[in-house]
Amino acid sequence: MNLFTDVVIAVLILTNLRLIASSRISACIYAVACQGVLLGVLPLLVGSSHLMVRACALSGVTVMLKGFFFPWLLLRALKSANVRREMEPLVGYTSSLMIGALLLATAMWFGRQLPLPVPAHSPMVLPLAMFNIMVGLFVIVSRAKAITQVLGYLVMENGIYAFGLAFALSEPSLVELGILLDAFMAVFVMGITIFHISREFDHMDTDRLTALRD
Amino acid sequence: MLIVLFAIGLLFLSGFLALSVGRNGGVANLLGGCGAFSGSLIGLVEAVEILASGRTEQIRWAWSVPYGSFLVRIDALSALFLIPIFILCAVCGLYGYGYMKSFCGCKNLGAYWFFFNGLAASMAMVAVAANGVLFLMSWEIMALCSFFLVTFEHEEGSVQRAGWIYLAATHIGTAFLLVLFLMLGHVAGNGSLDFNAFLGSHGKMGGYADVVFLLAVIGFGSKAGFVPFHIWLPEAHPAAPSPVSAVMSGVMLKTGIYGILRILTFLGPPHLWWGYLLLGIGLVSGILGVLMAIAQHDLKRLLAYHSVENVGIIALGLGLGILGVVWHLPVLAVLGFGGGLLHVINHALFKGLLFMGAGSVQHGAGTRQIDLLGGLIKRMPWTCVTFLIGAVAICGLPPLNGFVSEFLIYMGGFHGVGLARSAAAGAVLIIGLALIGGLAAACFTKAFGVVFLGEPRSPYGADAHEAGLSMRVAMLLLAAGCVGIGLFSPWVVKLMGHAVAESGAIPYEAVQGFLAPASSALLKVAVVSGCFLFVVLVLCLIRAKILSGRTSSSEGTWDCGYFRPTARMQYTASSFAQPVTAMFEAILRTRSHTPSFSDPRGAPVFFPDAALFESHTEDFFLKSVYAPLFMAVKRFALKFRFLQAGRVQFYILYIALTLFVLLIWCLR
Repeated sequence: MNLFTDVVIAVLILTNLRLIASSRISACIYAVACQGVLLGVLPLLVGSSHLMVRACALSGVTVMLKGFFFPWLLLRALKSANVRREMEPLVGYTSSLMIGALLLATAMWFGRQLPLPVPAHSPMVLPLAMFNIMVGLFVIVSRAKAITQVLGYLVMENGIYAFGLAFALSEPSLVELGILLDAFMAVFVMGITIFHISREFDHMDTDRLTALRD
Repeated sequence: MLIVLFAIGLLFLSGFLALSVGRNGGVANLLGGCGAFSGSLIGLVEAVEILASGRTEQIRWAWSVPYGSFLVRIDALSALFLIPIFILCAVCGLYGYGYMKSFCGCKNLGAYWFFFNGLAASMAMVAVAANGVLFLMSWEIMALCSFFLVTFEHEEGSVQRAGWIYLAATHIGTAFLLVLFLMLGHVAGNGSLDFNAFLGSHGKMGGYADVVFLLAVIGFGSKAGFVPFHIWLPEAHPAAPSPVSAVMSGVMLKTGIYGILRILTFLGPPHLWWGYLLLGIGLVSGILGVLMAIAQHDLKRLLAYHSVENVGIIALGLGLGILGVVWHLPVLAVLGFGGGLLHVINHALFKGLLFMGAGSVQHGAGTRQIDLLGGLIKRMPWTCVTFLIGAVAICGLPPLNGFVSEFLIYMGGFHGVGLARSAAAGAVLIIGLALIGGLAAACFTKAFGVVFLGEPRSPYGADAHEAGLSMRVAMLLLAAGCVGIGLFSPWVVKLMGHAVAESGAIPYEAVQGFLAPASSALLKVAVVSGCFLFVVLVLCLIRAKILSGRTSSSEGTWDCGYFRPTARMQYTASSFAQPVTAMFEAILRTRSHTPSFSDPRGAPVFFPDAALFESHTEDFFLKSVYAPLFMAVKRFALKFRFLQAGRVQFYILYIALTLFVLLIWCLR
């Protein structure tokens, strides 16, 4: 069982690296979708037996939202906004991967150092959560298109979700539901923002917003 | 206490009401003006009553702000500062109603009254707040309201510049105050910023007392206008609408004085050098202020420099008072504090009156440039008479109120000269005060003479019209106040007893005992001046009676047979002041552009072309200290300009990096 958890977590980390290294937006969206499905499976693995019903429900909703609904929304936005399919990174793919490796190391270190109120189910959940948050921030910072910012935000949310999972035994799942709602709202807000940016500026590169500085 | 709080609430509320009717200028003007007038009058009643009775009241309401509590307290000292605040705000509400009418339709009067009434209410809050957080909050509201009032006519470049200078100055001052209150809270030690907690921590002050006092002098002094923190005054006061200049100069500066006095009560027994410091600041501010005023060409700028001078006189009084407390010479302390505190009220009255006069001149003649005016006595008789009363009062001449407070300080100085320990301080004070008084008289002779006497120097002066009814009534009220305090000075001085007792930590009965000689001397002065005024009145009546049956006409002055005198032959403001400015050339550094009457080879030209003479006196501190300093800061700050790249990504990176570094720092 524990081995299986670790495998899932390893794959999750790999999806993050895939996200950083990919040059095509659609590939990135698929990576995030894959991440969502795996994250959805995770509660089933870490939850204890008497919480099984709750874990199943959470897992189902997560898979539906993070694995299918959000990616579908984003793919649709990608089609309708009619943008070029490349990522337009501000940091090159190779250096992105290097930074990703560095972030992974930092996340591992954080996972060891961070004082926890209760011991986590798996020693790898916490580093995964930190790594997801960092990668999300990194994608937001290093990619130019508004749609990749949404992706980064989603990955960051996944990190927070994983962080919550680390305490799934002691915390009520109300927290998780709250996080889901949060992400849901965020996608809507970001979607509207993208729509407005692309309408006002005829494209959705946030770096063109420099025209607005004083 | 409740009545004062009600008045403050009414002021805020009427401001909001005026704002809500917004662009409907007439209604907003009426609402705001009535609110300012009635709210201030309501508060004034209780403030006077508390000053007379000397009791202390406090109210605490729940307020969930870290370290803050809604604790308000009125004692005699607060009441003494509330009185000029309420008087001047009421009168300026009345005056502003007439003055702002001309902006009706082109500016948002709702916003004006919102900020004006907010300024009045926040000043009153500053005087009653008894918690560090509440005090700083009121202080900040006061600063922001006055900033928006200063920039009321923000379309003009000079007003924008003045606004920025004021905003920077006031916030630098507030930064010092923040440190000050944190330090007081640290000494008091129980995590509370209540003034009651500070009061009990005298003994624990130790070395902190000196630092706290210095912070207070810088922080509050930058609001009060002590040299060298005065540079915002001559910029902000001319830029603001006249009722606002009157309130800012008349009472907002005094909140700085109030702050210093309030902090002094927390610090326990004062140290000797505090007294000398205030005395020195007072001398420098007084003399530099009046000298700079003489060299000005703009009427309101001139008045602004006189505010620096008068704050200097107040500082002289306070310095003398502190020295008296340190040396255990209660007579010195009582006369010093008494004179300084009374000058706070007096300056509010006559400076408010003078700014209103200047506002009426600007309103009626369309310019503040002294050299463009002249002969306004015939066109604006009411403004002229009230301005004259204010001018005599500010020069410290009997029988008006300026004399009374300066007389108390003089008495303290003379008392000090007679004692070995305080002889030097007393002598310096008397000489300084005499110099200030003399120069002020010269300055106001120039201002009054050039603006109101003679013949108009330009179409501005010729087309002037008298101010409206509400403006005239407001000016007359303040003029009556100036005369009233002068004539009833013995009773006014007696009324000050509780406030003096509080600031000098001297028993009330002792204070009244020490004030008695001053009161009896003032009584004689009052009787003589009363007789003098009576004689003047009788003479005026006789003149009116004699002239009533005759026709009078005005002719040109006899001009020694010269047959075409022009208005340009009169004294100008610069030429009248030239002997004084030349004498103090080393300090003033007046630069003049003199026309040349010789050709490039040095030979004289016998038929010179049209020529122009100009003289400028720039503020030494602004030009040689602050301008280079702030330029250096700007150059340094521009090096970090690259940080603002305008990319969303970079901004998120900054936030993320900060969080990251903080996290690593916590976990290390």
